[in-house]
Amino acid sequence: MAGGTLQIKNISGHAGPVAGANTSRDYGVCKLIDTTTCIGCKACEVACVEWNGYPFRQTTFDNTYQTMSNTEWNYWNLIRFNEHENEDGTFQWLMRKDQCMHCEDPGCLKACPADGAIVQYSNGIVDFQQEHCIGCQYCVTGCPFDIPRFNPETKKVFKCTLCSDRVNAGLEPACVKSCPTGCLHFGSKEDMKDLAEKRATQLREYSSYKDAGVYDPEGVGGTHVIYVLHDAKNPEKYGGLPSNPRIPILVQLWKGPAKWLGGLAMAFGVIGVAIHYLRYGPKEAEMKEDNNHGNQ
Amino acid sequence: MGTSRHAVLRHGPPIHEIERYTPAERIAHWVTAGTYVYCMITGLGFFTPYLYWLVAIVGGGATARFWHPIVGIGFVLANFYLHHQWQQDLHMTPEDREWMDKVKYYITNEDDLLPEQGRFDAGQKIFYWVMFYGAIVLLLSGIVMWFPEGISRSWHWVLPIVVIIHEAAALITIGGLIIHVYMGVFVVPGSVKAMTVGYVSRGWAMLHAPLWYKKVANGRTVK
Repeated sequence: MAGGTLQIKNISGHAGPVAGANTSRDYGVCKLIDTTTCIGCKACEVACVEWNGYPFRQTTFDNTYQTMSNTEWNYWNLIRFNEHENEDGTFQWLMRKDQCMHCEDPGCLKACPADGAIVQYSNGIVDFQQEHCIGCQYCVTGCPFDIPRFNPETKKVFKCTLCSDRVNAGLEPACVKSCPTGCLHFGSKEDMKDLAEKRATQLREYSSYKDAGVYDPEGVGGTHVIYVLHDAKNPEKYGGLPSNPRIPILVQLWKGPAKWLGGLAMAFGVIGVAIHYLRYGPKEAEMKEDNNHGNQ
Repeated sequence: MGTSRHAVLRHGPPIHEIERYTPAERIAHWVTAGTYVYCMITGLGFFTPYLYWLVAIVGGGATARFWHPIVGIGFVLANFYLHHQWQQDLHMTPEDREWMDKVKYYITNEDDLLPEQGRFDAGQKIFYWVMFYGAIVLLLSGIVMWFPEGISRSWHWVLPIVVIIHEAAALITIGGLIIHVYMGVFVVPGSVKAMTVGYVSRGWAMLHAPLWYKKVANGRTVK
């Protein structure tokens, strides 16, 4: 994490091996969300809005406890309240903290045409740089989680930064700091993955959630926000969490072969006309006239 | 005679020259050209990171994204006005089909082996129709890309298809433009003058648009 590049590798005039050299460290960060211990208090929503300096807003009531129907450009973090009926007829809240998943292979970054508008840090955080954003919203199309939100006034797109400013200073994200139940954890990807697996195993062995598991989808190369779900086989029931998210194939086609095919076609067009000119030259009207019709 | 030529040019149509394009046609052409080039420069910037520097010369990415669709509307309108002015000269004729079959003689500058052409030859007509239908495709796909926030989430998968259609139409028109600019500037001397000052020489008209020459030679335009 912070200061990682200053780890000592070699020391001058030092007898014997350098302590700590050649150790591999996991610089990838991760937020773990244990949906099984979330109580839906929304402290994380408040902390997010507060840390990022956005105004508090009126909630929208649509017959649930959810703050509003969807995230907004200045409201990046939303607990989705899903009323679920179990097979035995009993009722259950499935509460999922919804925000950017910080994909290892981010579709937003792949789709973005603006130089430097989306960056991925070596710790895995995917961050929007609004000063370079041109407002085309291709990132919205590229994202398999429906996260980027457009501000029509400034024509810029926003989303959760995983508190890159706090993480850079060695702090945990604001949402994690505010969580009263400890359902949110923050640390290295390896540590969070271990902790998540341990919790899922505990749920499978000591509770009725036999399908409990970890959500760290491979289709986007894994994510730097992972979930523990009561039912990892049906992530859709947690308010539209895709079971196998991928960068849309059409986005990959558009950003891959379409680009170099088009570039080659244009280059050949220009080279083609240049060769034609060198080989055949211009059509000289006056000369041809003389040849065909003699002197006027 | 030769010494008085400049004075004549300043005051009216030059002697022995034929009016090729009216002022309205020339203005419409250059508005179409200017708006198209703006959209091409900005569009190529959005198309590939290797050409993103192009948006810097017109004010940066966000500015280019703001103006590209608006200028694009201007291009389509100017294009429609051109169409309004030229449509009677742009229908494909049987001679055009014969010209197309023998297009290799045009490419090799053996124009005397080609059927005689009217005001516009078949190549110009094809370029025109490519730009006309290209403009319509670019407009329809472009409107969707202009306001992607209006597309519901369940329909967002359509956007890459629309973008690819927009890019394909743009690339086809760029291909046409490369040939058009090359022909006008390099292959057919006198064409730039025709589209700027408006007049061509008799020799130009006899070689490049013989049927049109015969028509206008009997009319009022030739002095």
